[in-house]
Amino acid sequence: MNFEVSADDEAFRAEVREFIAAELPDDIARRGAHDYHSAYEDVRRWMRILNRKGWAAPHWPEELGGTGWPGIRKFIFQDELRRARAPVLDRCGLDLLGPVLAAFGSKAQQERFLPRILNCDEWWCQGFSEPNSGSDLASLSTRAELKGDHWIVNGQKIWTTEAHYADWMFALVRTDSTGKPQAGISFLMIDMKSTGITRRPIWTIDEGLTVNEVFFEDVRVPADQLVGELNRGWDYAKFLLGHERTGNAVVSHTKRDVEQVRHLASVARRGTGRCIDNPAFAAKLARLEAEVIALEWSVLRVLHTDGHTGSGEAVASLLKLRGSELSERAALLAADALGEYGLVAMPDPDGLHNMYPHSLSPPINDDEAIGVTAKAMFRRSMSIYGGTNEIQRTLIARTILGL
Amino acid sequence: MDFTLNIEQQALADNVDRWHQRDFSFEKRQAFLSTSQGLDPARWATFAELGWLGAGLSEDQGGFGGSAIENMVIMERLGPALVTEPIVGAAIHALQILAALPFSALRDDLVRKTVYGDLIPAVAHSERASTISDDLVETQLDHGLIYGNKTMALGAPHADVFIVSAVSEGRLGLYLVDRKATNLSLASYRLLDNSHAADVCLDGVEPRTALATGVHAAAALEEGYSQALTAICAEAVGIMNATITLTGDYLKVRQQFGQTLNQFQALQHRMADMLVEAELSRSIVFQGVAAAGYPLDRRRHAVSAMKSIVSSAASFVGQNAVQLHGGIGMTEEYPVGHYFRRLFVIAGQFGSEDVHIERMSANAQKFWPDNRAG
Repeated sequence: MNFEVSADDEAFRAEVREFIAAELPDDIARRGAHDYHSAYEDVRRWMRILNRKGWAAPHWPEELGGTGWPGIRKFIFQDELRRARAPVLDRCGLDLLGPVLAAFGSKAQQERFLPRILNCDEWWCQGFSEPNSGSDLASLSTRAELKGDHWIVNGQKIWTTEAHYADWMFALVRTDSTGKPQAGISFLMIDMKSTGITRRPIWTIDEGLTVNEVFFEDVRVPADQLVGELNRGWDYAKFLLGHERTGNAVVSHTKRDVEQVRHLASVARRGTGRCIDNPAFAAKLARLEAEVIALEWSVLRVLHTDGHTGSGEAVASLLKLRGSELSERAALLAADALGEYGLVAMPDPDGLHNMYPHSLSPPINDDEAIGVTAKAMFRRSMSIYGGTNEIQRTLIARTILGL
Repeated sequence: MDFTLNIEQQALADNVDRWHQRDFSFEKRQAFLSTSQGLDPARWATFAELGWLGAGLSEDQGGFGGSAIENMVIMERLGPALVTEPIVGAAIHALQILAALPFSALRDDLVRKTVYGDLIPAVAHSERASTISDDLVETQLDHGLIYGNKTMALGAPHADVFIVSAVSEGRLGLYLVDRKATNLSLASYRLLDNSHAADVCLDGVEPRTALATGVHAAAALEEGYSQALTAICAEAVGIMNATITLTGDYLKVRQQFGQTLNQFQALQHRMADMLVEAELSRSIVFQGVAAAGYPLDRRRHAVSAMKSIVSSAASFVGQNAVQLHGGIGMTEEYPVGHYFRRLFVIAGQFGSEDVHIERMSANAQKFWPDNRAG
């Protein structure tokens, strides 16, 4: 055992930090301190900067554009991106589809799609959930039938993140209804410009737009846009969800949140002093911070060995469960730090995320405070998406504890 | 970083497990408790022979080339055995204070005797108003005599010597006091985990010698305290895991309403939460061990974060393990209640969750760690 950070890794962190400081455009960095989802154009500009450096998708195989970094370097890279409040990249393309195509896609598919993901020429969304298939995803019913050299897709997806500007969707579709539900699912790439696709935005309680409904009516998808083998989609989805076992802890995000809370509470007044001097508030912040440290060291354990009890899937459950809880708590504490302003609706002053474009704005001039209450609302979803925390508990009980 | 045990550490861990299973089963412990006062001299000698007492010291310090990592390994494995001997009080808290003192022939002698089991030291530092190393000490050294009352000196009823903190003309010092010194008296008690401790009353006690004063004394106290904290947290991790295993096994056999209890989702989810607490505790104990190399303020922050998490987790796991067992969990004849009692004691020992949260808050005003790890 040895718990020292290696000098090489320290140097790597410094190199990444230096690069971000030099290359992240000021206007993007300013908007990044706000707590709305990263704006599409900001993401695109920033991804292209990273792509020129060869850092757009560190976790991909090297021959397809990855960096070959070990897990700890990828973690440090993410940690520095979050520390600098850089835009959150196109997760669907980079983190979800990319590894699946790299592992199971045809050479033609890899050559056609992967470079465009790296350069953010094409934006992806994930078509998994359906109105009646949430936690019970395997029951999904959007179906694809092969007619000649095209799949004909009919059905509906929901909670589709960024579908409102996505160019492509990778979707799980039912191609066989005869056997076990999991055994009749295939993995299909669908051009969002296809005839027969209708998108309907779903505004969420943060007054933001990230998720959508997507309807398919006789949508024609070329047969060669099937990924891998017919009826193996469930396996690819499991691979995709299990590919990155530490990312769903969102620990670098939450570390950034803790710093934000500390900043806000040091500026905000409470009674006769500062918020941070209030013992009850300070205790909540210290407790949160201690839990974030425990989470971060859990991630480090997974990255350095596989010292956690149980299988990889269960470790991911554990990290997701606690990571989402802490992420939600951090957002609530940030709102709490703003005192009564923590109760105020905060439309985006840049006008990029507004459900009510002509709404009033609170008199807050601190970039770190803008969007905090929207975040507090949106984060409520953390313990719901990606497999609810109740599903994660059941997984832990069955897989690790053998109950 | 490397989170795997090396060959020697693995051998040490196996060694402790073997001893637990062969020589200190739950039944043997029950028999021992009914006839004894917390310390079996033969068992203490065994601990010394097996090399456990000096495992956390480097060779320079008079140990066997180990560090806080070895203590962590031992304590985690030893936890489920629920030994009542003062391993933490004597072989970690007191010994680490001694080892952190500036070099002297006396220091080396005390360390060597402790490592070989020939001397049991106890730390008499806590006072009613202070539980943390950097708190105020009210005990005074006046014209060469110590006056004051110390509380909760772990293992004190078994101790041969005390390391006593006292202030002389505003300057903190550590003094070596013999158990048999004139005007020293003990009020001994048994803790809920069946270990023994005492309040130490010093009413004009002449110390054998001063061990250190000023910054040297403060640094040695800090070292001993941080090491003791880390050790009991590692111990708690071992006990939490044993508790979860025991509870899971019980749920799989206990039947109610025509099915085994493990079929009930409410109970499954409670167990999942217990496991998460235990795993996060283990993670933050690694951080506590790593903190041995941090600068002072950062180390305090790190070990207090560790203890606050572990105190809370130990309570959660202990309380729920009894709950999931139902009535049998309340009995003296079944192990889970004993795990519960030790976890309860650890949660409050060397500062409760609240004490450490407060220490983090106070410390954070001075210091804010950027990129603690990775």
